[in-house]
Amino acid sequence: MSQYNLSHLEQLEAESIHILREVVAQFQKPVMLFSIGKDSMAMLRLAEKAFAPAKLPFPLMHVDTTFKFKEMIAFRDRIAKERGHELITWINQEGVKAGVSPFSVGTQRHTHVMKTEALKQALDHYGFDAAFGGARRDEEKSRAKERVFSFRDRFHQWDPKNQRPELWSLYNGRVAKGESIRVFPLSNWTELDVWLYIHREGIPVVPLYFAKERPVVNRGGTWIMVDDDRMPLEPGEAPQMRKVRFRTLGCYPLTGAVESDASNLTEVIEEMLRSRSSERQGRVIDYDEAGSMEQKKREGYF
Amino acid sequence: MLHGVELDRVGIEGWLANYQRKELLRILTCGSVDDGKSTLIGRLLHDSAGVFEDQLKALKKDTTRYGTTGEEIDFALLMDGLQAEREQGITIDVAYRYFSTPKRKFIVADTPGHEQYTRNMATGASTADLSIILIDARRGVLPQTRRHAFICSLLGIKHVVIAINKMDLVGYDEAVFEQIRRDCVDFLAKLPVVDLHFIPMCARRGENVVERSETMPWYKGGPLLDYLENVHIASDRNLIDFRMPVQLVLRPNLDFRGFAGTIASGVLRVGDEVVALPSGRRSTVKQISSAGSAREEAFAGMAVTLTLDTEIDVSRGDTFVRPNNAPPLDNAVEAMVVWMSEAALEPGRSYLMQQAALLAPATVTHLRYRMNIETLRSESAEQLKLNEIGRIRLECARSLAADSYAKNRHTGAFILVDRMTNATLAAGMILDRTPAERALETEQRARHGQDPVAQQSGIGPEQRARRVGQRPFAVWLTGLPHSGKSSVAYALEQALFDRGYHALVLDGELLRAGVSRDLGFSAADRAEHTRRAAELVRMFLDQGLIVIGAFVSPSEQIRDNARSIVGPARFLEVHCDSPLEVCESRDVERLFERARRGEIANVTGIDQPYETPLQPDLRLDTAATGVAPNVARLVDLLDSRGWLTLA
Repeated sequence: MSQYNLSHLEQLEAESIHILREVVAQFQKPVMLFSIGKDSMAMLRLAEKAFAPAKLPFPLMHVDTTFKFKEMIAFRDRIAKERGHELITWINQEGVKAGVSPFSVGTQRHTHVMKTEALKQALDHYGFDAAFGGARRDEEKSRAKERVFSFRDRFHQWDPKNQRPELWSLYNGRVAKGESIRVFPLSNWTELDVWLYIHREGIPVVPLYFAKERPVVNRGGTWIMVDDDRMPLEPGEAPQMRKVRFRTLGCYPLTGAVESDASNLTEVIEEMLRSRSSERQGRVIDYDEAGSMEQKKREGYF
Repeated sequence: MLHGVELDRVGIEGWLANYQRKELLRILTCGSVDDGKSTLIGRLLHDSAGVFEDQLKALKKDTTRYGTTGEEIDFALLMDGLQAEREQGITIDVAYRYFSTPKRKFIVADTPGHEQYTRNMATGASTADLSIILIDARRGVLPQTRRHAFICSLLGIKHVVIAINKMDLVGYDEAVFEQIRRDCVDFLAKLPVVDLHFIPMCARRGENVVERSETMPWYKGGPLLDYLENVHIASDRNLIDFRMPVQLVLRPNLDFRGFAGTIASGVLRVGDEVVALPSGRRSTVKQISSAGSAREEAFAGMAVTLTLDTEIDVSRGDTFVRPNNAPPLDNAVEAMVVWMSEAALEPGRSYLMQQAALLAPATVTHLRYRMNIETLRSESAEQLKLNEIGRIRLECARSLAADSYAKNRHTGAFILVDRMTNATLAAGMILDRTPAERALETEQRARHGQDPVAQQSGIGPEQRARRVGQRPFAVWLTGLPHSGKSSVAYALEQALFDRGYHALVLDGELLRAGVSRDLGFSAADRAEHTRRAAELVRMFLDQGLIVIGAFVSPSEQIRDNARSIVGPARFLEVHCDSPLEVCESRDVERLFERARRGEIANVTGIDQPYETPLQPDLRLDTAATGVAPNVARLVDLLDSRGWLTLA
């Protein structure tokens, strides 16, 4: 390779920084959705680089479903404080009052109320016209056709048939009042790329990604962690200690763990290189029905 | 799979060290469902382990529900993302797929082969380094193959792999492969594709996709993946012409003013002098930082922040270049566009142009032609519809520091956005203009005093007029054929010459023998003929000369156009007024008579109208009055206007 070549990771990094800057240049009031996972952490690092030495020109926002792993919340607060970023936490209070939980209303309804609806509330409340998300095109089939600048109407809806053509690195961010854009700076990254970047940059991640003895129950072939006492156990069901880790992090009752011995970053990368299953396998909600992600996105999910 | 083998060989630490050098290749796949395109990509992903077991499980489920392959897994279903598409069995939009091998990471833009293919292919092609064009071995080169190749070349893809698929269905016959290869080379020779490669394969069975196949021993090359891993793309980038469009100005405190942007081309070092366009202000690079850390040098593709030695006024949309290597600064460009909207392009309409970090109103002043991509010929058109390609002239409200797309894929590209709906309407590629085209534009702008950049002579028309010692002006004689224009013209020339003036006659008849000999007598040709005449008149006037023009110039529009080209302040319109019968009586060539008999067409006064000038500066009766008194009247008028300065 000649001295004037960028490696694939450097190219992805440059592309993401270009996208982040383009949003700040084109929009009045952007926000970065911060879901605490590895993708959010990679995206945060890219944003810090894009605007250095200036501070982030937008706040971070976490939509808290109240069923996140305790370790995630602790990690979130520590990162925001250490890095000096403005952090907004949004909880759908109506949902809380109505007692919505994955156990009371089912996983789909809980996600809809506490995540999709909550997100729309927060965006409307603050009047954000652009929201960064850490989603990647390799995650799921309907994401493969998502634009980097994904247009949403004033009801936050996505219309897969009516997307703007996106060519070169020219991003059309023009919106009318009330309309917005969801932006995905990691569109062209894969799960492997994200882990390699975390490795290269020494980015901290929630310890749940690394294997450890944790209390779990087996439900439908998936290991679910008993993170607090809100989780009702089935008759005869008792948590057992297993060495598990998570490939993806969401709400603890909706996120399956995998049995693993990968207790540090290089072991995680090696495990993934040899793996034969995708990361979203652990996401209970995606497999509810065919095209379920597409359906959620149409309704305003990220 | 491939990663596992590599891991066993070098261990995780070795693997992590290697990935630091891994390259990225962006691929476009073109072809229709029938060519086995989705199957090919599915194969690449599966055989290089880009498909996981749970996805495969979902795929098996989908195959029973939507599949078209019976028992075998339908790899095409991996590619068709959206529910509606799965049900209809067609790919509507561009989908992006990812896989990697120990050598490279690949991004595959998969575009549909039929409906909307132009728009979607252009989108996928805009970022691709290489394209794979699929051909069904049974059907050979089809019109769609030509279309795909044309769009790839239009969007500047330099490497093309022709994958001749379904070789199993033609008995793995070398002759079939050879024939298709020859057919391709024949028509691709006309397109500027740099690097062409042919591979026979059977994607359904994975033959010559990831692994070499034993079924075609006559084929000596490697499988597709081998080629994708090794094709040399580093030299495709432009490292010569430094261009950096400014995306954003970072101003965290009073001591720091950084210009953030991605380097479109070229190399920049600390200490280099830079010029900001369009202002032309200069400064020197003090610091370069890329992805948060300081560097001595940065190059094409890097997202950087620059600080400068001196404070100069630069904002988003400006472009940094190096002294002595600047793109032409123009607010008009010629460009090819791919039209992507249901609402057609119409010349005269105004849009928003987004080029690099610039967003500015722009008007399509001309639609030069539409490209028929079936025949690869240009044809005239009033508008461009969805999925059509054409050449336009675009006039932007701001100066563009733009290269041609052929020279620079980043600064030579633009999109057009609808001002009302904000929809993205078109993808544009700026063309290199011929020196003649550029000269014409420059002339036109110089005349209107609009061009701050074009080279201009240091001697102005006033100085030349003073040197000649007279006031230059044009007498424009208009009238029917044989109305006496030339007689008046030459008599006036003589009268002026006798008084000591430098004057000359430009006679329409004579110009038609030379300057306009390619033109006929249609309305359009007449307009063009008169335009050329007016341009000549203007040039002579700028040299300080007096010009007497004798031109039929039959319409108000043509005369108005001539007046505005020459300049109204030095233009005298004189109507040589003579009835048609009188003109006919002077017609020794029997022009009018032949026109009346229909032997010839486009004769003014017979089958082409002559619009009598409504307000000429002077009307001469050239029927009843002789030449001498008419010339005397003319001289009197010129005198009274103060144009005859020698007295």
